[in-house]
Amino acid sequence: MPEQAKIHIRDGHLIDPGNDIDERKDVYIAEGKIAGIGNAPDGFQADQIIDAQGLIVIPGLIDAFTHLREPGQEHKATIDSECRCAAASGITTLICRPDTRPVIDTPAVIELIRHQWQLTGKTRVLAIGALTSGLRGEQLSEMAALKAAGCIGVSNAQLPLASSLIIRRAFEYAATFGLTVFVYPDEHSLSERGCLHEGPVATRLGIPAIPEASETVAVARDIALVEHTGAHVHFCHITTQRALRMIGRAKFDHIPVTTDVAIPYLYLTDIDTCNFDPNYHLQPPLRTQSDRDKLRAGLTDGSISFITSSHQPHEPDAKLAPFPSTEPGISGLDTLLPLTLHLADEGVMSRNQAIAKLTSEPAATLNLPYGQLATGAIADICIFAPEATWIVDNDSMKSDGKNTPFAGWEMKSQVRYTLRDGQVIYTSEEAFQI
Amino acid sequence: MSRTSLQIRPDGRLRHFLSIEGLNPTLLREILDTAESFAGVTAQSVKKVPLLRGKTIVNLFFEPSTRTRTTFELAAKRLSADVLNINIDASSTSKGETLLDTLRNLEAMHVDMFVTRNSVSGTSHFIASHVQPHVSVINAGDGRHSHPTQAMLDIFTIRREKGDDFGRLTVAIVGDISHSRVARSQINALNLLNTGEIRVIAPRTLLPANIEAMGVRVHHNLRDGLRDADVVISLRLQRERMQGATLPGEHEYYRLYGLTADNLSIAKPDVTVMHPGPINRGVEMDSHVADGAHSVILQQVTNGIAVRMAVMSMAMQQNKGEADA
Repeated sequence: MPEQAKIHIRDGHLIDPGNDIDERKDVYIAEGKIAGIGNAPDGFQADQIIDAQGLIVIPGLIDAFTHLREPGQEHKATIDSECRCAAASGITTLICRPDTRPVIDTPAVIELIRHQWQLTGKTRVLAIGALTSGLRGEQLSEMAALKAAGCIGVSNAQLPLASSLIIRRAFEYAATFGLTVFVYPDEHSLSERGCLHEGPVATRLGIPAIPEASETVAVARDIALVEHTGAHVHFCHITTQRALRMIGRAKFDHIPVTTDVAIPYLYLTDIDTCNFDPNYHLQPPLRTQSDRDKLRAGLTDGSISFITSSHQPHEPDAKLAPFPSTEPGISGLDTLLPLTLHLADEGVMSRNQAIAKLTSEPAATLNLPYGQLATGAIADICIFAPEATWIVDNDSMKSDGKNTPFAGWEMKSQVRYTLRDGQVIYTSEEAFQI
Repeated sequence: MSRTSLQIRPDGRLRHFLSIEGLNPTLLREILDTAESFAGVTAQSVKKVPLLRGKTIVNLFFEPSTRTRTTFELAAKRLSADVLNINIDASSTSKGETLLDTLRNLEAMHVDMFVTRNSVSGTSHFIASHVQPHVSVINAGDGRHSHPTQAMLDIFTIRREKGDDFGRLTVAIVGDISHSRVARSQINALNLLNTGEIRVIAPRTLLPANIEAMGVRVHHNLRDGLRDADVVISLRLQRERMQGATLPGEHEYYRLYGLTADNLSIAKPDVTVMHPGPINRGVEMDSHVADGAHSVILQQVTNGIAVRMAVMSMAMQQNKGEADA
């Protein structure tokens, strides 16, 4: 491997909430790590200087529980396309869900994913392994082998487990190896065939509904099983205020549960679906205004650990049908950083808190060695122009999936450079023009 | 695009007929008045008018239907249109051609209007969003969402029975509101006409969440709901709902919610009894009620033809006008 370039990021405004840094400082990078902050290490000779004047320098973003569609659904997107998009969006670590085809229940699939992202050489991809064999919900997967192959945790994605006994055993077995279980809280028998939040909008449109209880029943049961087994469970993409309250209460009682919230649930509600627009078809569904407000509050009261994009890219045909017949999910990598920062503009939290929700906090919750700018840390860095604006549309989106309810919205903040392991993996056209 | 602009032209006239929501009372009454003029035609010995001569109408049904499809076909023929009936088994489309492909293929045959029925809510809205500018879409039922021509023929029937002042009427709808597109459209139409009181009567398992928000009063007890009602509409109970988790069985349903001469006696003496059909006799209502003096169930079917003629001609006439201009 050739020796890595030494990079000097000059005159940028550093923000690293994890290390309480919020000031103008230079960053020096060597051998894939941060060699110095503020002052150059002795004898540092930069091979490349990045002029970050007027720009903000933060740790590279971490986006958990994404669909990259490869292997198995390459007509929607590929690891190559989504890693390029992630790099251009300031994301340096993507964590992919196990419901690929084949599912991630053998080390071979993890190896394939690693091979694919390293081939592209952009954002790194970490995998979550299957909780049960084939995600069928009946037989435990070979979790020890999955962990040895590099899985950061296990999950049954959005597929149901056969019984409470299987859930209990899966939690126990995962805990044996110190693996976090990522749970999509959903009591399948209550949500089956539904595609809109149960409430006035679903009633008016006559669309089969998913009650709030499909989430709260699952969370209540799983918290009880976490207390019983001692496993660490992370609830992926919580959507209801009542489930959030239960999780907040459990955390207060030192029960090892955590949760995140996905961007669309912080901005949109079931009322947005009233025109049958399939871009608002999400699973779980968009909830009420009151849920949205409580989720926003949960970002600062300690109950929600981090923010995700819930990235689910689709080909156009997947959304070209009557609302209930369309595939759920939004393409979210492109808009993750600006929509998270915009929460600060709306007064939900401070800018530094918003940045923490994409960097230091997911790193801490998921136990990853990324997401900070300390000397000696892995040099994953995102450099963005805080005042630059752009409009979300097919041309500006770099993901293969163009399915977004935020089309036409103006985004503020644009990524100029992204570095992963000390290598520049993205430079914007605007940066070249300087 | 909003639903209002999708089914109504900039000049306020009908472009598609997808749902009662988004219509205004003026347009609604115009449909009723036009239907009234066609009601005369259907009673004549020569039952045809040449309004849609040379036009091709496709009945595109993804769900089985006898009554609705037949009355749409008759309505089209009495307007002198050419009619093509296409019944597609929903399961076969899920394996092969997409809905949009089916639509494009039919459009290539120069169709002027689609009358569509589908078990998925929002289908007619989807079709209307994707047809060519000269093609109109009439919703003949989409999932649980909407069945606007049924609601219009019910309103038409009520108006003929009770007169035009809906403000003094109490209308009670009994049965499976939750799965009913008919009930949703009826409620919307009755509200547009400022109906005095709209009640729904059902056990909680057959009522959708927040139904009060649609502007109805909820009753779980049949006799409470029927008290002094001017119009009682009974809804069909699908067989698959009669057992399992929704209802314990048809016996208890009939005992609690079946219309009988006895419990109807609590309504107004001149109460009108309606049903969109087909009836499960001895489940939703007793045969004496279905065939009794208060029942207008067969008039509903007859009126369906005139109402569908009205809607079809109104949507198509605009197209003709555009072509001339």
